[in-house]
Amino acid sequence: MSGFILEVKNLIKYFPITKGIISKPVGAVKAVDDISFSINKGETLGLVGESGCGKSTTGRCILRLLEPTSGQILFNGQDIAKLDSLKMRLLRKDIQIIFQDPYASLNPRLTVGDMIAEPLRNFGIGTRKTQEKRVQELLEIVGLSPYHTSRYPHEFSGGQRQRIGIARALSVNPKLIVCDEPVSALDVSIQAQVINLLKDLQKEFSLTLLFIAHDLSVVKHISNRVAVMYLGRIVELADYKNLYREPMHPYSQALFSAIPIPNPRLKKNRILLEGDVPSPINPPSGCNFHTRCPQAIEICRHQKPVLKEHKTKHLVSCHNLNFQQRRCTGTD
Amino acid sequence: MKTIKDINTTITPQPLVDDKFTKSGGLWQDTFKRLKKNNIAVFGAIIIGILFFCAIFAPFLAPHDPENGILKDRQQPPSEKYLLGTDSQGRDVLSRIIHGAGISVQIGVISVGIALLFGTTLGVLSGYYGRWIDVGIMRLVDIMLAFPTILLALAIVTILGPSLKNAMIAVGIVNIPRFARIVRASVLSVKETEYVEASKAIGCTDVQIIFRHVLPNCLAPIIVQATLTIGTAILEAAGLSFLGLGAQPPMPEWGAMLADSRGYLRQAPWSVMYPGLAIMLTVLGFNLLGDGLRDALDPRLKE
Repeated sequence: MSGFILEVKNLIKYFPITKGIISKPVGAVKAVDDISFSINKGETLGLVGESGCGKSTTGRCILRLLEPTSGQILFNGQDIAKLDSLKMRLLRKDIQIIFQDPYASLNPRLTVGDMIAEPLRNFGIGTRKTQEKRVQELLEIVGLSPYHTSRYPHEFSGGQRQRIGIARALSVNPKLIVCDEPVSALDVSIQAQVINLLKDLQKEFSLTLLFIAHDLSVVKHISNRVAVMYLGRIVELADYKNLYREPMHPYSQALFSAIPIPNPRLKKNRILLEGDVPSPINPPSGCNFHTRCPQAIEICRHQKPVLKEHKTKHLVSCHNLNFQQRRCTGTD
Repeated sequence: MKTIKDINTTITPQPLVDDKFTKSGGLWQDTFKRLKKNNIAVFGAIIIGILFFCAIFAPFLAPHDPENGILKDRQQPPSEKYLLGTDSQGRDVLSRIIHGAGISVQIGVISVGIALLFGTTLGVLSGYYGRWIDVGIMRLVDIMLAFPTILLALAIVTILGPSLKNAMIAVGIVNIPRFARIVRASVLSVKETEYVEASKAIGCTDVQIIFRHVLPNCLAPIIVQATLTIGTAILEAAGLSFLGLGAQPPMPEWGAMLADSRGYLRQAPWSVMYPGLAIMLTVLGFNLLGDGLRDALDPRLKE
């Protein structure tokens, strides 16, 4: 159905806060609060936002590493959120994840060869011989050498470890890979290598990527479309060109104005937000950005804005978008 | 965009620059190196080495028969013929101690084996699955911990009947809670790591996750606890034997030797002193090695 490989509908993930010996729930951290988006086959959707806004939680819910509180996750039209554990295990072949920290995501007690072959063994793909061959192939694909199979993770650098992680994710020929900040723990030069590796692999194996990051330039480089999250909700979702050229949501505007430009002469109008991100335990009523929004109006305090298409394929969730235009005409 | 592409040094295989220097082995080699530097731990290891040596080669090392004494030579003080003297039935104390080493090793290994097997199982179940399983198992463990160990062991032996085998079982059972707690704690911390999450993502079953990813990374504290517990297990079993509930005469078990000879403390102090000393040294050895292992396995103590 349609060109979507993944459709997320009204995904909600609350982490209950419990108290006392009988674990009485006293509240919830609203990590992901009703978000919807979809990813086309073969594209890269970037997911950006500041720390704690629910990016990683979203990624983990898609893989069912965290159980979503409610909502639908349609993968090729099939609702993942409702699968039982056995069916989900089989489906994991098609959805893989690359983790943020290459130092924490590799089991220190397994050799690289065992690690990369593990998914193949779990899904019973091939014989021992073909698995070994596949491991060597994968190591070459990600830019390591076949003789690395018998080594342990601690013998590698961060970038090399991340390549091992990528090789492991690729081993089962997944259709969708969730990249959970795959480069934020790496040096800038290594970041570029890994990003370009991902891009090349995407072309070669026609992969679909959900690319979670907080580094806006990295996201711009790799993504086709970008979604901006704030406090568990998507505030804007658009083509990367449109979003980076003219962000519409006030939060995105502030966010993108903070991208450093490598030109000291260029003066930039930075929009500085005041205050801190409110707690996701008790998010503000209405639009949860209204406490810091420079253009908040009365309705923002009471009513949740909906993600609506304001221009072609440019979705924004804001009550007061006209403000922008008014301000522009005003200064003219 | 272009600039990032330019920085990229393509994806050709990069040889590891430090190929020759990465030989520094894994966790175990590093641990062994650190352990060797710890003199006290080495001392403990030497004591244990001697113990095992005696246990294996007892028939060749012991100068006399450990179970049948020569009555006319009873309660002889240490001399050239009987290096550590004889007991009230004319049995050579040294020979009995040497043969007792094997029994002590058996007690230590078997009872700790029992405790390890059941304790680890309970700890893994409770740490990995959590929720009511955890609550149930941990309350059971709490109840067991509330009993003084020797009292609980006494009760178990009384039910099973006095014999060395039952004493080992009792000591094993008594030590289950400690292992359960330690394993649970380390499973809890390993369970939250990213590589366990990763193993879920690549389709591992719970059993695979536990045996391939969780348990191998919990080994360090388990090994330390096992080493330390061997010491206490030997002590507890000796205690049971002393009370007549463990090894039965004429078996040369150290605790039983103490019990046999305690009536002659004044006439033949050597027959009480040396078995006691053997117990003390053995327990000391395991404790020193255990402490050393704990330090060596703790990554925070890396220079």
